[in-house]
Amino acid sequence: MSEPQHPGELWQLSVAAASDLLARRAISSAELTDAYLERIAAVDGRLSAYITVTADAAREQAAAADRRIAAGNAAPLTGIPMQIKDLLSTAGVRTTCASAMLADYTPVYDATAVARLRAQDAVLLGKGNLDEFGMGSSTENSAFFPTRNPWDTARVPGGSSGGSAAAVAGGLAAFALGTDTGGSIRQPASFCGITGLKPTYGRVSRYGLVAYASSLDQIGPLARDAADCALILQAIAGHDPRDATSLPAAVPDYAAGLAATLDGEIAGLRLGVPAEYFADGMDAGVRSVVTAAIDQLAAMGADIREVSLPSTEYALACYYIIAPSECSANLARYDGVKYGYSHQGDGDMWAAMERTRQHGFGPEVKRRIMLGAFALSSGYYDAYYHKAQQVRTLIRQDFDRVFANVDALVAPVSPIVAFPLGERADDPIRMYLVDIYTLPVNIAGLPAISIPAGFTPADADTDTNTPLPVGLQLIGPRLSEPTLLQIAQAYQQTTPWHQQRPPIR
Amino acid sequence: MPIDRTQVEHIAALARISLSDDEIAVFTRQLSQILAQFDVLQTLDTAGVTPTAHVADLDSVMRADQTDDCLPAEDTLRNAPRRRGDFFQVRAVLDE
Repeated sequence: MSEPQHPGELWQLSVAAASDLLARRAISSAELTDAYLERIAAVDGRLSAYITVTADAAREQAAAADRRIAAGNAAPLTGIPMQIKDLLSTAGVRTTCASAMLADYTPVYDATAVARLRAQDAVLLGKGNLDEFGMGSSTENSAFFPTRNPWDTARVPGGSSGGSAAAVAGGLAAFALGTDTGGSIRQPASFCGITGLKPTYGRVSRYGLVAYASSLDQIGPLARDAADCALILQAIAGHDPRDATSLPAAVPDYAAGLAATLDGEIAGLRLGVPAEYFADGMDAGVRSVVTAAIDQLAAMGADIREVSLPSTEYALACYYIIAPSECSANLARYDGVKYGYSHQGDGDMWAAMERTRQHGFGPEVKRRIMLGAFALSSGYYDAYYHKAQQVRTLIRQDFDRVFANVDALVAPVSPIVAFPLGERADDPIRMYLVDIYTLPVNIAGLPAISIPAGFTPADADTDTNTPLPVGLQLIGPRLSEPTLLQIAQAYQQTTPWHQQRPPIR
Repeated sequence: MPIDRTQVEHIAALARISLSDDEIAVFTRQLSQILAQFDVLQTLDTAGVTPTAHVADLDSVMRADQTDDCLPAEDTLRNAPRRRGDFFQVRAVLDE
């Protein structure tokens, strides 16, 4: 590989910068792809961000991308190396969902979001580690191995898209596609110091996304900054006849929207600060970083207003009834007959099915299936599932009410920073509380973005003193992605946090 | 609301999951702890509140009744643990 003709390493480039260099033929996708594959070989032994690396296919795709660029019909993501969370179907590439159940499963079709990236000739480096089926907040629930945080490898990267966040933060992919059911893009983005966008429910087709909780799941980008997220969202957004819940609304030109506000103008935008998102239990470091970020937005001319979302205290219970209920129905498909692990011992059909599910699912997946089966069972349905659906209405009405008066909300992503591996693994409730500020957004189907807002020192009671990233969450009304991206970009134009890189070499 | 071992076994049967004795003990404790977190919902008066099942704000999505390409049988069967010809092979469903 020839020496790069520009400062810095190729794997440090943003998508937009790499795309520009590719278009000008200053670099080739082959060089860029090799740089990422070398970085993966050098670093992923310590991060475990990938379940599967498809090096040979990536080089072939890079060569095809270079031919397309040479032919003069490149798209913005042509030749850009990416990672896909291993919950999204990739034709011909093993898709495990980080579960023993699907350890040997190879899809025969692409998820629509993946197909749309392939149509631009983006280069697939491999598949990202996650909490099994997306169920978890630390990527410790992977059936294969935990992923580690590039800022401090003794700590978790967050989850469930932890492999994707660690890969982007560590320079092991230019961007990644993750999924977010209760915070699984935003929270790992916050823990790893990158930008993660959860689009409006239905903005991106869920076809080929292995289902966890269908009324909450949404696909979105993890990248270095808001401008990159805009390019990726542009590629994947839009109606898909294969997903009846995908929205028919026209897709705006996100990048053009950002270009029109390149001067970082957010003066006059009304930003609400929900009092309930600053409750007790938040790390002092998170509180000070988020408060400083809000002050910065005010200094940039935003009109900051305190608002109230009174149903917030019910969101955790609401989520952990609805999501497991949908999970218990969705994961009923794993019966050992059509695909996946299949118990081959003695016994009748039911015994084989029950043993398949005993050995194929990990503890958290079983916990959620059982919780859902209970909430939906005769005698408990009204007290749990029906009640949670009513609370869902109230949570949604809270957001509708405040969005009559503000353009977006500003809040923390999580009450804590990345925690040491093992610290919460045996305590489900402590783990669930990590996502308390991201769950309501999925319950209401809203878009939200997590952007780096600063660093807090590690806990005093640990022996590391690595600064850990803190994310700021911007939440908007349905289909307000252009506004969220505009605020995020304006913030990133006046702050250095998104440009910080973890020390891992 | 705590649940007991018998209820956990009942739920596991509904979910078609075999559990070891250890798993039953752990799930009995953990599910009781999680369900206790849900008690907060009972303090909220939701009388007359319409339940929300979905947030896409789409009703009765229709499309033309047209056939499209579908997966070939060979692809559909590619991941089958056991197959016989062009069929998924299953264990006997009915008693002999």
